[in-house]
Order: sequence, then structure tokens, then C-alpha cells
Amino acid sequence: MFHIRITKRQEPLSVGGSCLVLLSALILSLLLSGLLLFLRGTPPVDGIVTLFQGAFGSRWAIEDSILKAIPIFLCSLGVAIAFRLQIWNIGAEGQFALGAIGATWVALSFPQWPKIALLPAMVLAAAVAGGGWGMIPAILRQRLKTNEIIVTLMMNYIAILFLEYLVYGVWKDPTSFGFPMTPEFSEQAIVGKIGTTSINWGLAHCLILGVLVWGFFKFTRTGFEVKACGDNVRAARYAGLPYDRLVVLVMVLSGALAGWAGFLEASATVNRLQPSIMVGYGYTAIVVAWLARLHPLSIGIASFLLAGLRVGVENIQLDLQVPAAFGGIIEGLILLTVLAGGLFTHYRLVRGKK
Amino acid sequence: MEIITIIIPLLAAAVQSGTPILYATLGEIITEKSGVLNLGVEGAMIIGALAGFIVSRYTGSPVLGFFAAGIAGSFATSIHGVVCLWFQGNQVVSGLALTILGAGLANYLGTSYVGLSAPGFSPVAVPLLSSIPVLGPIFFKHDILVYISYCIPPVMCLFFTSTRFGLGLRAAGEYPAAATAAGLNVLAYRWFGILAGGFLMGLGGAYLSLAYTHLWTTNLTGGRGWIAVALVIFAFWRPGRAVLGAYLFGSVMALQLRLQALGTQLPSSILLMLPYVLTVFVLVMSSWRKKTNEEPAALGVNVEPAD
Repeated sequence: MFHIRITKRQEPLSVGGSCLVLLSALILSLLLSGLLLFLRGTPPVDGIVTLFQGAFGSRWAIEDSILKAIPIFLCSLGVAIAFRLQIWNIGAEGQFALGAIGATWVALSFPQWPKIALLPAMVLAAAVAGGGWGMIPAILRQRLKTNEIIVTLMMNYIAILFLEYLVYGVWKDPTSFGFPMTPEFSEQAIVGKIGTTSINWGLAHCLILGVLVWGFFKFTRTGFEVKACGDNVRAARYAGLPYDRLVVLVMVLSGALAGWAGFLEASATVNRLQPSIMVGYGYTAIVVAWLARLHPLSIGIASFLLAGLRVGVENIQLDLQVPAAFGGIIEGLILLTVLAGGLFTHYRLVRGKK
Repeated sequence: MEIITIIIPLLAAAVQSGTPILYATLGEIITEKSGVLNLGVEGAMIIGALAGFIVSRYTGSPVLGFFAAGIAGSFATSIHGVVCLWFQGNQVVSGLALTILGAGLANYLGTSYVGLSAPGFSPVAVPLLSSIPVLGPIFFKHDILVYISYCIPPVMCLFFTSTRFGLGLRAAGEYPAAATAAGLNVLAYRWFGILAGGFLMGLGGAYLSLAYTHLWTTNLTGGRGWIAVALVIFAFWRPGRAVLGAYLFGSVMALQLRLQALGTQLPSSILLMLPYVLTVFVLVMSSWRKKTNEEPAALGVNVEPAD
């Protein structure tokens, strides 16, 4: 009889090996998703092919995937900063909402400002609102050791309801025939599109912010401290690193990036504030961050893939009447299989008895 | 007299709305006592809710549906077990993934049932007990699932303090290395914690689809699983205090519905915030007053495979 046991590797898995594990995890989750399509009576191969065609099969599809990757990338970048310190910020969704609210407040209050002043003011308001929303759980954790996972998550529900309160109430467009939305932003409050594409300049923001975050961890002292504390809190504390202050810092940065994404979504994508911008990018961002092992460049690639997944799911929803929830299933499966695959980084399976 | 006639139905409604949260909180307590942090309560609950609904609809038996929900809950959390116990995955992330997957699965498989109803449980007054003034109408005029939930906390307390298996389970959560040295199979205890916990979470979900409403809707659980995770901390991992916490949330939810029905000036989105704001508040209060740390010492820490 064969026995399989787990033994520790002498050295961590090579890069090639890691890629192989990642690829197997993705294939396994696609196979399982295909099985679920089959259970509902949708031809699985057709379904997966239609999904990929919808995501990456045409210029329009790729542009749409990039468009959706922008907010996912920024939220994920933020989430990754917090995860580096082992702070579990599950609140990107709420920080994103607050960012959109902050930007909208500026856009509706000062619609006549010139673009060069209005857009930076909107970014600032979004970052302050998102960062402030992220700071609350950080302060609670620092002062009272309150569990940040649950607080950030609860604050997502609160933020979304607050957004709804605003667009159903005080900020509602009187000419919207009862639809919950604010009036359209003025021309100066809108981030434009790149050339003749449908992609907005938010893509450039992503590149700049991605490089900044990469540089923050690579070159700055504070970035190094975050990594050191994340690897071993106790040792870092003995070394005199300011762990408590870093907790607040990463949560503010994390929230500000998610808030920035909220700004872009309101300003560039829908040109107003409406509840339909809350589609769960903040949760997808967590999947992306973990998939990319918290590295900015990989986060870029993973954001594009998972954004493509969302676009693809819309496609099979239209073509094959597959419910939209299918996207959540694939995301959940990918995350679970990638997590399980992590075992092979430090261990290997050996056949035979002890 | 005026006030009593308003408050008694409100408190009865509080017990009813608190019951699904109570089941889920008790489930999470068992899981966490064994040293496993399962943030996928929401996912397990909603899968249980759907399984209970479908089985009850096709068999016509809510009792079968109720058990199916428990089994489906265990099935959902077994995914967490595979990832964390066998594959050493990060427990926080795996739990989140389970929440995403569970919500996706339930909404995907349940699309064609939205708005449909299934046979469920109806209130049965307990003879004698229900005629006690005040307490009777609050606690003893409910469906049988509420009465079952009354029995679980004392059983759990006995299990944790007075049975060999319960003590072993706690050892697996407090000090797995010592438990292993004492010859206990830590992984087996943790599997039990995950599966038994998932069973209760599934039952909590079934309460929503079979007793609270007899309908299937999308996102039926509405964050109750996360409230349960918070209540475990509020309850200091004690089943008795979980009852208190669950009914506290039940009363806020009942009050919120009552106010909405009465047509207050407050916008509905602000009213809907109440349970979530209360969760944050309750967490802050319990971390403020925390005298002793009752969290299982090895909570969330995986046991590395022996070489």
C-alpha cells in the first residue's frame, strides 16, 4: 500500500515550481467551476470558452477588463500594504465607498473650479475620507486591541448604507425620476479617457501609485519596518520598532488607496455617485492581493485577470444565462486552491512509509 | 399596561431574530475552542439556508430540511478544514474565501428559487410554560427550533467542562503541542470542531429560510455570520454569554423592523445600520472591559505536520 506523507523542504520551492503550483491551482478551480456549470445544465467547455472570449477576446473586451482592473488594483495595493504588517484589512469595500463619497462632496460643492484644482481636491478628499475610515479600526486596535477583521467588515456595511442614505436623500438628483443617484458631475470633475480608447487616465494613476508602493517597501526605512514587523512582531518590538504607529500608518495608506479607487469610479466611470458602483471590488482586491503574494507588479497582473473574470462572467450571463454569482464562486475557488497550494512552498509530499 | 403590551411582543421577536445568530455563534465557539478560526460562518450559514430550503421544498418535510442544512453547513466548513488542516493554509484568508464561495454558491444554485416558498416551522406554544406571565409569551410561544436552541448552551458547557472529549478539544485549542505529547490527536479534535461548528452554522441558516421567513431570497443571511464571529469575542468563548449577545442583537433587529413598520422619520438606510454599528460598539466594549484573556491560546495557528 502506498502511504503519502508530508516532509519539510530543505529550501523553499523554486520560482518555476511556484508558478507550476499556481497554474495547477487555477486550472483546478476552473475545472470545479466547469463542473458547477454542468450541474446547472450549461455546457461547461462552452461556458469557460465564452467566459474567456468575453474577458480577453476582443479589443473592447480587453479595454473593459482594464477598466475594471483599475479600482481592483488600487484597492488591492492598499490591502497588500496592510497584509504585509499582518493587519487584516477587510474594509477596502467601505473605504472605497467613503472615497467616492468624499470626491463627490467636492465635485458637487465646487463644480465651477478649474479642472487643475478640482481633480486634485477630489483626490485629496477621497484619500482623506478613505484613509480616515481605515484609521478608525486601526486606532481601536492600537488602543483596545479590538479585532480589526470584524470592525473593518462591519464598517463596510455601514459605509454602503451611508452612501445609499446620501443618494436616496440629501444628494439625490431632483431630475433623476426617482433613481438613486446624484446629479452628473461638471465637466471639470471628470477624469478623461486616454486617446480614442474607453480606458480612463486612472490607469496612469495606477502605474504611478504602484511604483510608489513598490519603492516604499524597497527603499524607505518605514517600508522596511513594516516588513520587519509583519515577519515577526515580537522580535521587531524588542528591536524598538514602533509597531503601534505602523498599524495606524498602514491602515491610513490602505484606506487612502481604496478611497482613490472610489474617486476614479465615481469621476471617470459613472460621472456621478450611485449605489451601483459598489460591486465588491474591495473583496476581489483581497483575492488579488493574496494571489499576487502582496507584490505590486503581480498585483497588476492578477487585477487584470480577475477583472477579466468579472467581464467574462457578464458575458456568459448574457449568452448562456448563467447567474452573476458564478463570479464569486470562481473567485472563492481560486483563493482556496491557491491557499492550499501554498503548502508546497515549504513542504513536499513523499511516497512510502515513515 | 400600555408599555407591557408593546414590549412583550418586541422581546418575543427579539428571541426569534436572535436565534439564527445564536446557532451560528455557538457553532463558531466550538470551532474556535479547538483552535481553528473560521471566518466563513456567513458562507456556511447561507449554504445551510439554501440546502434546508431546497430539501424542505422537495420532500415537504422541514425536519429533513433542517438536518440537511446542518450537513450542508458541515460540508461547507469541511472545505476550510481541508485547506487549513491538511494544506496549512492561512486560516483568516481561507475563512474569507469560504464566505465568498458560500455566497456565490448559494446565490448561483438558488437563482431559480428566489421568491418561492417552502414548508417551514410554525410556532407551537409549550403547554404550561407558555402561560407564565411575561416570560411565557416571550420565550415559550415559538417554533421548535427556538426550543432546541435553548438546550444547546447547557449541553455545550457540560461538554467543555465535564467530558474527556471536550477537554481534549480545548487542549487542541490551547496548547496543541502539549496535547500531542499527551497522546491526543489534535487534528482529529480540530476536524470535530470544524464539522460540529459547521453543523450549527448550517442550522442557523436553516432557521432563516425555514422559520424566520419561509422564502428564499438572495443574500438571506445579510451579515449575520459576521455578527456571530464578533459575538464569540463578546461572549468570551462562553456559550451562556452567547445567548445574551444573540438576544441583544435580536432585540435591535426586532426594534429596527418595528420602527420601519411604524414609519419613523429616520431613513431606512440609517435604521439598517443599527446592527452593524452595535457590533462595532459591542466589540469595543468587550475589549475595553477585558480582564482576562479567554481566547484559546492557539487560535488561528496551524499545527505543522510532524516529520
